[in-house]
Amino acid sequence: MVPLGHYLILSAVLFATGTIGVFLRRNVITVLLSIEVMLNAVNLAFIAFGRTQGAVDGQVIMFFVVTVAAAEAAIGLALVIALFRHRESLNPDVFTSLKW
Amino acid sequence: MLLLIPLLPFLGFLANHAFGRRLSKPAAGGVACAAMFGALAAAAWSVWSLTRMPPGARGIVQQVMPWMESGALSVPFTLRLDPLGAVMVLVVTFVGFLIHVYSTAYMHDERASEYARYFAYLNLFAAFMLVLVLGASFPVMFIGWEGVGLCSYLLIGFWFTKPSASDAGKKAFVVNRVGDFGFLLGMFVVWSQFGSLDFQEVARRAGSLPPEASFGAVSLATLLLFLGATGKSAQIPLYVWLPDAMEGPTPVSALIHAATMVTAGVYMIGRNAVLFSHAPETLAIVAGVGVATALMAGTIGLVQNDIKRVLAYSTVSQLGLMFVAMGVGAFAAGIFHLYTHAFFKALLFLGSGAVIHALAGEQDIRRMGGLRKDLPVTYWTFLVGSLAIAGVPLLSGFFSKDEILWKSFSGGHTLVWGVAVVASLLTAVYMFRLVFLTFHGERRNAGHEDGSWSPGSSDPGGHGHGGHLHDAPPAMAIVLVLLAVGSVFAGYVGVPAVLGGSNHIEHFLAPSFAAPGLETGGEHGANLAEARAEMAVGGEAKSEGGPAAAPEGEGGHEPSESGDHGTELGLMAFSSGIALAGIGIAAYFFLRRKDAADRVAARFAGAHRVLLNKYYVDELYDAVIVQPIKRTSERALWKAFDAGVIDGAVNGAGSFVNGASAILRRLQTGSMRAYALSVFVGVVLILGYYVWR
Repeated sequence: MVPLGHYLILSAVLFATGTIGVFLRRNVITVLLSIEVMLNAVNLAFIAFGRTQGAVDGQVIMFFVVTVAAAEAAIGLALVIALFRHRESLNPDVFTSLKW
Repeated sequence: MLLLIPLLPFLGFLANHAFGRRLSKPAAGGVACAAMFGALAAAAWSVWSLTRMPPGARGIVQQVMPWMESGALSVPFTLRLDPLGAVMVLVVTFVGFLIHVYSTAYMHDERASEYARYFAYLNLFAAFMLVLVLGASFPVMFIGWEGVGLCSYLLIGFWFTKPSASDAGKKAFVVNRVGDFGFLLGMFVVWSQFGSLDFQEVARRAGSLPPEASFGAVSLATLLLFLGATGKSAQIPLYVWLPDAMEGPTPVSALIHAATMVTAGVYMIGRNAVLFSHAPETLAIVAGVGVATALMAGTIGLVQNDIKRVLAYSTVSQLGLMFVAMGVGAFAAGIFHLYTHAFFKALLFLGSGAVIHALAGEQDIRRMGGLRKDLPVTYWTFLVGSLAIAGVPLLSGFFSKDEILWKSFSGGHTLVWGVAVVASLLTAVYMFRLVFLTFHGERRNAGHEDGSWSPGSSDPGGHGHGGHLHDAPPAMAIVLVLLAVGSVFAGYVGVPAVLGGSNHIEHFLAPSFAAPGLETGGEHGANLAEARAEMAVGGEAKSEGGPAAAPEGEGGHEPSESGDHGTELGLMAFSSGIALAGIGIAAYFFLRRKDAADRVAARFAGAHRVLLNKYYVDELYDAVIVQPIKRTSERALWKAFDAGVIDGAVNGAGSFVNGASAILRRLQTGSMRAYALSVFVGVVLILGYYVWR
């Protein structure tokens, strides 16, 4: 059986990848994808913990997260489309009007 | 029933104040006079039922409502009529009613709304004065005390469009505040010392203490109360407002600033006679201040040229004499003088009002003269008043003033007596200077022959009727005559024993000046009575003889007085002589040898100037108190503290937020990624702290 540590290391790597993607990519859609990667890294950690503990809690939470992620993706993509229609751009650094 | 006495004038005030604009002049004046007459009737009825009671237990109490209840403090709104209050109530309602009647004629040239306003204030004053007199405890008295101060302010500044009048009103109000402050503090000391604010209760508790040998709490309380009295009754150091108060209508000067309100301080001391007689040091101060004021005001009165100002200084001087009486423990004599003074000083003021009225507002006696023939009623009544105040024998002022002089002499206060005698000489001189300059001699205003008194009008209430001189109209004349009769006969309730009278008023008043509950005797009480007798010279001892005691009987009770009858008669003759001498001096200088007065003035030009400028007291106060306060207020309080510190703090808070946000808003980039990064870093840092701590 694969030990817990391996799952956690993979989860950490995925999470870091997602984070880097959120901060470095210049396309809003990619940023959204990176967020999905981060969420799934967390899901992996939940499942791994649940498995080692012999409890179903981890899986239950994973289902919630997946559901929320689906909703988030739907809304996020809708927003991206709306943004693109207004600004003709997908670069998140262009959208800085929300300030003083 | 007692409540009706102050309530009726108060209702009159409400009526005139609320509907005065719509009332015609006769209606407004009628309402006010009717209210005062009702109060007079209620007062007379109450006093009548008071005199039906046995002498030792005279007192009518009416608890109107509970008022202040807080812990140990319980002050019901209680009115109490006792012999002292009875005298005051009668004076206030009687003289007040007469002056209301007089005013209907004096003020008839005012517009109807002003006329109603005047009577509303006058009624309000009467209501407050009656509360002051009837109040059974310090706080109730204080309501009246403050209320009459307010009305005084309103009425001095009645012609408020004239700057000098509104300034005089403000001055009176501010100076009185100083005194009221003392009154309040005195009240606090009394409360902390005796645990009660009811006059009788305080007297009872104070009465069970020995008189204070050195300056203690009772002395402090009485001294503070006396400070209040100096404000209200225009004594040194707070007398400066009264002469300026003459800016008000003349009937107001007569009612408030001569007959009633200014005597409130004297009354207050009489009301607390037991307390004051337990503080010999305060009494000495009272006597000293009184006699100094009497002398000072008398000398100033000698040279003033405004008819009302002379009378104002005369009032200050007479009040000084009343305080002398209080200070030497002759409370009854002081109240007696208060009572007679109310008649003749109101008469004199109203007489001067009639003169001013006739002369279209002229107040300067240098421009009067020879009015005797044109104003016979005014002249004769004014003359009676002057004779009474000068202390000419058999008029009211003689009995009361002589009682004060005798009590101070027999009490061993020879210095006080001496100065008081000089002050009475001055009284006679300045009063007859006034009489001679106003009514005798040649007319000194050339303009009036052709029917045009130049209106040097400092009293807009006066007015001319086509320029021709006319004597007082009926409403005024009747009042003058009634007061003149009072000035002659008011003294006969207090004919001293030595002249074969029985000094009714002193026996009548005596219970008010004794601690209640001590008459029942007992060893303790007897000792105290003795101690008090030392303080309250004479009056106390006589009351033990009982009102019915004949002069011979009294001699037995009080051996020290029996040998003094000769002395008393001698002093009486002496002070009569003084009065006549004063009149003679005035006659010489101002009737026969006009140039002599000017020569004396020229010879002592320096002294004359000092007197003419009222000892520069106003200037002194201005330099020592008013200007420093103004400067401190302007420079320190306004420009430094208000503009600097307070405004600075407010503006500083604003500019601090402004400056701080100029820096902080750089964090607000609007870049979603920067926010995400800061959230991420924050989460990492917080998690890191919990992991590695």
